[in-house]
Amino acid sequence: MIDLEPVTRPDAPLARRNPVAKLAAALLCSVILIATLDPVAPAIAIAFELALLPLFGIRLRVLARRAMPLLVGAVGVLVTLVLFAADRSGRILIEAGPFLVTSGVLITALGLVLRMFAVALPGLIVVATTDPTDLADALVQNARLSARFAYGALAAFRLVPLLAQEWQMISMARRARGIDAGRDPLARLRLFGSTAFTLLVGAIRRGTRLAVAMDARGFDATTPRSMARRQHFGHADGLLIAGAAVLAGAALAVSVAVGTFRPLIG
Amino acid sequence: MKKVNVTTNRWRTVDVVVAAVIAVTFGVIFWAWGLLWSVASPVFAFFPPAQAIMYGVWLIPAVLGGLVIRRPGAALFCEMVAATVSTLLGSEWGSITLLQGLAQGIGAELAFAAFRYRSFRLPTALLAGALTGLSAALFDFFVWNGEYALGSYRIPYALLTIASATAIAGFGAESLTRALARTGVLALFPAGRERTTI
Amino acid sequence: MSAVRLRDFGWRHAGRKRWAVRGLDLRIEHGERVLLLGASGAGKSTLLAALAGLLPEDSGEQEGTVEVDGRDPRRAREEVGLLFQDPETQLVMARCGDDVAFGPENRGLPAEQIWPRVDEALRRVGFRYGRDRPTAALSGGEQQRLAFAGVLALRPRLLLLDEPTANLDPAGAALIRDAVAAALDADTTLLLVEHRLAEALPLVDRVVVLAPGGGVQADGTPQAVFAAHGEALAAEGVWVPGHPVPARPAATTAGETLLTADELALPPRLASVSLTVRAGEALAVHGPNGAGKSTLALLLGGLLAPAAGRVTATAELAGGDARVPPHRWRAPALVGRIGTVFQDPEHQFVTAAVADELALGPRRTGRTEAQVRATVDTLLDRLRLTALAEANPYTLSGGEARRLSVATALATAPRLLVCDEPTFGQDRRTWQELVELFAELRDNGHGLVTVTHDPEFIAALADRRVRLDQPRSVP
Repeated sequence: MIDLEPVTRPDAPLARRNPVAKLAAALLCSVILIATLDPVAPAIAIAFELALLPLFGIRLRVLARRAMPLLVGAVGVLVTLVLFAADRSGRILIEAGPFLVTSGVLITALGLVLRMFAVALPGLIVVATTDPTDLADALVQNARLSARFAYGALAAFRLVPLLAQEWQMISMARRARGIDAGRDPLARLRLFGSTAFTLLVGAIRRGTRLAVAMDARGFDATTPRSMARRQHFGHADGLLIAGAAVLAGAALAVSVAVGTFRPLIG
Repeated sequence: MKKVNVTTNRWRTVDVVVAAVIAVTFGVIFWAWGLLWSVASPVFAFFPPAQAIMYGVWLIPAVLGGLVIRRPGAALFCEMVAATVSTLLGSEWGSITLLQGLAQGIGAELAFAAFRYRSFRLPTALLAGALTGLSAALFDFFVWNGEYALGSYRIPYALLTIASATAIAGFGAESLTRALARTGVLALFPAGRERTTI
Repeated sequence: MSAVRLRDFGWRHAGRKRWAVRGLDLRIEHGERVLLLGASGAGKSTLLAALAGLLPEDSGEQEGTVEVDGRDPRRAREEVGLLFQDPETQLVMARCGDDVAFGPENRGLPAEQIWPRVDEALRRVGFRYGRDRPTAALSGGEQQRLAFAGVLALRPRLLLLDEPTANLDPAGAALIRDAVAAALDADTTLLLVEHRLAEALPLVDRVVVLAPGGGVQADGTPQAVFAAHGEALAAEGVWVPGHPVPARPAATTAGETLLTADELALPPRLASVSLTVRAGEALAVHGPNGAGKSTLALLLGGLLAPAAGRVTATAELAGGDARVPPHRWRAPALVGRIGTVFQDPEHQFVTAAVADELALGPRRTGRTEAQVRATVDTLLDRLRLTALAEANPYTLSGGEARRLSVATALATAPRLLVCDEPTFGQDRRTWQELVELFAELRDNGHGLVTVTHDPEFIAALADRRVRLDQPRSVP
């Protein structure tokens, strides 16, 4: 089931930072780290990220559970590299038909997998520590996003757990109509499509009603909107963004200094 | 046939909310898709090249948003909300998903802009699918696939992505729009009214 | 002042041939409390939307005039508050206080005035929780109460309520009626649309009935209107007090056991329950929200696996498959034995035409094309759907969709029918048809399990009832 509640202790010093600041910090961090293909920079960045976890009030176990899909991605990277690596230099470890695994391939794989984690963790941390309402408020108040779009999206977002439940009801209703796909992959695909379509029809119907109800409470008014909740963007928030850039930059600098840096393009 | 023309580009509340709802619903559909395929076929999960065939599925919200809402920015907004939802539901790539969504949304948006937001028929949908596929392919080509062999992996993967996006996101979203129009839920949108009066 | 004036008012939605409302002349004075009645399709909801200023000029065609307080309602929005049926599609925010603040924010009220107003609105509806309570943690009735607070926070002087209790169980409906009664004052004009009159009448002093073809059919005090038009209204589907529905007790005694549930449980949704289901008997499962009634229906329907205990089909129901629990049967085998009708009919729709929906089940259980056609025709006729055979199922009205969902379950002629709130939100006419149909099935030896909140339905049909309670349950 889908759960949207943040999992952090609300008093953690960095978790309390402005959501826009957290988002900007995560994006900046990811963009800087994505620029290199070597294992050293992401390894340092991951160390930083994990060291900062207590300041965000997240337990390692919780983060590990949320990072599970990354492991699947990591295996995918490994498989693809073994089959399609551009660079197969280094000592030959395994050679069997099309499979040529060299030490170079493994180092590249290590780099890509670490980079994937280093780039993804900041986003996971932001998600785990941010309330969607606070994010929408901050996007409107601090990032000057249009209130109509931010709160329109937020209202739709509130439907996520509802739609997830609905997915399961619709799936059971399919069985109640005598439809099951068994092991046939094509039948599964068709069943999936039909379930998704029913979900979409119901969701659009809901969305239309929700929009009318929002207008009935003046959401389409042309007068300027006021804000019942305030989000502050202070020095500490600026520092968080700067700190993220500095840490990611430092990781990159170390990799340049030790000569392992390999830029993404060029 | 009664034609309804969109005379203004101002987004009504129903445009904003339904665009976001489409994106959010696809977020949930992708979540269910993940449950289905990681159990049903590890081949898909562990063998990324196979995923390129289904790449278009991820790009449906961009094209569908543009076809249903028919306003400048609809494709981009839809894909951005979908990317945000994916991030919040625990996407593999964290905040990079947002940049990826931005690139893909701009791709589809360019197609609708090229037709000056006046045509929402199959050719527009196909172009939107192809361009969102192209932007996705370029993003992956440079950001994720740099270490793989050019001729045997990167280029075929990119071409497959574009083909899949054109077929699934382009053609698929156009048929989906027509199927949705027949259910009556698009009655408040030009896409749902552009039919014989009932 | 918030008086309403309609002069020969009509509205046609863009893309429609039919006028939703037409030829309507009506005056409602400031402070009046009016119940608005009319058969489904008479345009009650469209009228409320027009009064709330929610019909933009470019979304349809207007005839005549409509005025609130002497102004076009589109320019008198701050006068009017509108509460809809479904709480799920009215709540915008994740926290209760934030949701009530949504309207005042839209009106640009200064922040320091918003929170006192939120607290006042929550008090007026008798809301029991704090501002920080997540809206998702509320029951349907509490959510609707919160949505009502959101409307009241704007201090409307014309209050429009569009079937505010139709989607709620009896306890939730009582919450809303109490909240409305408490919130009304001499300065508020009320226009209420409601099917269930017995509950609505204490709130109003005037009844207006819209004629199906357009215009006003009856107008006056409740006593006068029901004395003159009660019979006709009941026939059109309105629940008029003093027009009881006939009961349909079983013609025969219950037959063989079809299904037994032993210590069936699925924590946290359902605590342990044991029961038997017999042929020729209508079993009603009732009890408060959250007791797991819907979960029980899914378990008995073979759609969900229990965490503890078991569901056992008898040989009478399942023949050689009786050793296997129903949730392990293949779907085509299941639908030939147990049919399930979901609370939301749309969950069950699979095809793009009513006739195809009915043909789907029989085809999957391997009937010949001639048998399929015969079944489809019989059911279309029996459930008054023949004219809609080619219609897209999603375009049906609530009553039509309900009849279709029951018909699809009957198409494979299952011996046992499990229904989740089949009468929910139905008008009196569809309601009576369903009772009649279920009684006929039972008297023909089918087993019937109905999960329901509807006391009238239980009184009219049930031969035996099982009550589920929240913490522990009894057989």
